[in-house]
Amino acid sequence: MEKKVTLWSYLADNSRPVSSLFYFALIMTIFFASAPQVFFAPKFHQAVLTVIPIIIFLVIPLVFIVTMGEIDLSFASTFGFAAWVFASLVKYFSFDPFLGFIIGVIGGAVVGVLMGCLVVYGRISSLVASLGALFLIRGFLFVVSDSKSITVIEVRDHWMHAALVGKFYGFPMQCFWAAIFIIIAYYLYHRHVFGVHVHHVGDNPESAAQMGVNVDLTRIYCFMFCGIGAGFAGIFSTLINFTWWPTQGFGYLLLGLAAVFVGGTPTWGGVGTIFGAVFGSGVIAYMETGIVAMGWSGLWRQFFNGLIIILALLGHRFHGNRIR
Amino acid sequence: MEPIIELKNVSKRFGGITALDSASLHVDEGEVVGLIGDNGAGKSTLIKTLVGVHPPDSGDIIIRGEKVQNWNTKKARQAKIETVFQDRALTPQQSIVWNIFMGKELRHSFGFIRVKEQVEEANRIIREIGFTSKLIDANSPVGNLSGGERQGVAIARAIYNDAELIILDEPTTALSLIETQKVFDFVNNVKAKGRSVLFIGHNIFHVYDISDRFIILDRGKVIHKLSKEDVASPEELIKIMKETVTGKKE
Repeated sequence: MEKKVTLWSYLADNSRPVSSLFYFALIMTIFFASAPQVFFAPKFHQAVLTVIPIIIFLVIPLVFIVTMGEIDLSFASTFGFAAWVFASLVKYFSFDPFLGFIIGVIGGAVVGVLMGCLVVYGRISSLVASLGALFLIRGFLFVVSDSKSITVIEVRDHWMHAALVGKFYGFPMQCFWAAIFIIIAYYLYHRHVFGVHVHHVGDNPESAAQMGVNVDLTRIYCFMFCGIGAGFAGIFSTLINFTWWPTQGFGYLLLGLAAVFVGGTPTWGGVGTIFGAVFGSGVIAYMETGIVAMGWSGLWRQFFNGLIIILALLGHRFHGNRIR
Repeated sequence: MEPIIELKNVSKRFGGITALDSASLHVDEGEVVGLIGDNGAGKSTLIKTLVGVHPPDSGDIIIRGEKVQNWNTKKARQAKIETVFQDRALTPQQSIVWNIFMGKELRHSFGFIRVKEQVEEANRIIREIGFTSKLIDANSPVGNLSGGERQGVAIARAIYNDAELIILDEPTTALSLIETQKVFDFVNNVKAKGRSVLFIGHNIFHVYDISDRFIILDRGKVIHKLSKEDVASPEELIKIMKETVTGKKE
């Protein structure tokens, strides 16, 4: 009864991540061919690899959210909130940076839970609710910080800095943590009851509820996970820059969402891909710097970002429409 | 012997509409009960209240002699009551195996799923229910299956969970003759194993053939409770139903 697995059937079953890998490989080929002197320089990739983990921390939880048939825009402000909690505790209350890290991530998780409760119990569309939360949290950060940055240069000599964002033979440590995050998220998504319930809820919430899946709790957990990812991203970013600033994270809003969809997770819910999102993050991160590295004006960056998003989404159309 | 499930004076309203009005019924061990009624009689609401999808506004739900509180779908499944809903309650983009184990996944510690065991069990079950296509295995998406095959998956889920009461809500709707016969075979098998079935149907001939007892529902009220001895033929059952709906003796 079991189907024979061939290379072709494997590729067909994993067409979304495979095509995201293809887009990534295509872009890299174009970049390497156009500007070999820049793209064969390890330092260039070091610079990009410094940023990619931040995008991955944001994007992978978004895959869960989109699979569940929801959207969360507030992650870009939760990013700033968790980083503000961390930076404030370390700077003004002399907290140990590691404790500040833990509390900051918990702060992100709490914001996620509140976001989830707003959607579930407030019965507000997640698009609208998270848009409101995006501005609300950002506004709060402007007010409490008086629009001033917080420098946390003191974390430089702490063991946590070297462990989280130091260099290991020139390789950014945050890539190692992002890899662990990807593996955990992969198993959570495909092999854990939570991930399976996220798929069922995104596919057909009524059926899931009829079969005893706690739909509300699954939704709240999912938003919490998004808050945790944003917390990681915000604090890692602060550790890299030794600075928190009031608009921190805002620039990742559209790029993060783009990475999810370029990665092959469709908008309709019930399906998604973790590895696709990783390649999508790679596409977005390299596009940001690659265009300039190729010798084009930075003014073209958004144009090409848009172009690749549209082309990738058109490509993903070949994976078929929603099965009903 | 206590009934597996009993509803006592259960009412359910949606806004100003009374969908169930002091409905009482029970299902004993090893019997097939046919629940019939016209469109809008409240059959689906009754089922959804029975299995915890809708909490009742008033009345009692009694499981094996014990009154239950905060009755929900999870508790119903824990009490070995499985339902094959009219819409089949499937998630079409997910695999057969995920659908069969939906809400009752086989787990390791920390909530991780026993993937291999689930797939083996699902493959065994779908063979048992007669899936023979080499193109379909436990990892195939449910959305690629025919109507009858989807019904088979919904039924397989009920079988796997070793239910003591299986509720079938319009299980033969839109099925071919052969698929309908398969559903009948399934009900007879379940009964032969001493399990109970609550069979909801529009087709009185189907319900008559399969049931030991009949409950007629009209506008949210239980109007008749009849045993098969009380009703000589499906035609007589139709006559009783007609009289119930129109209020006129024929």
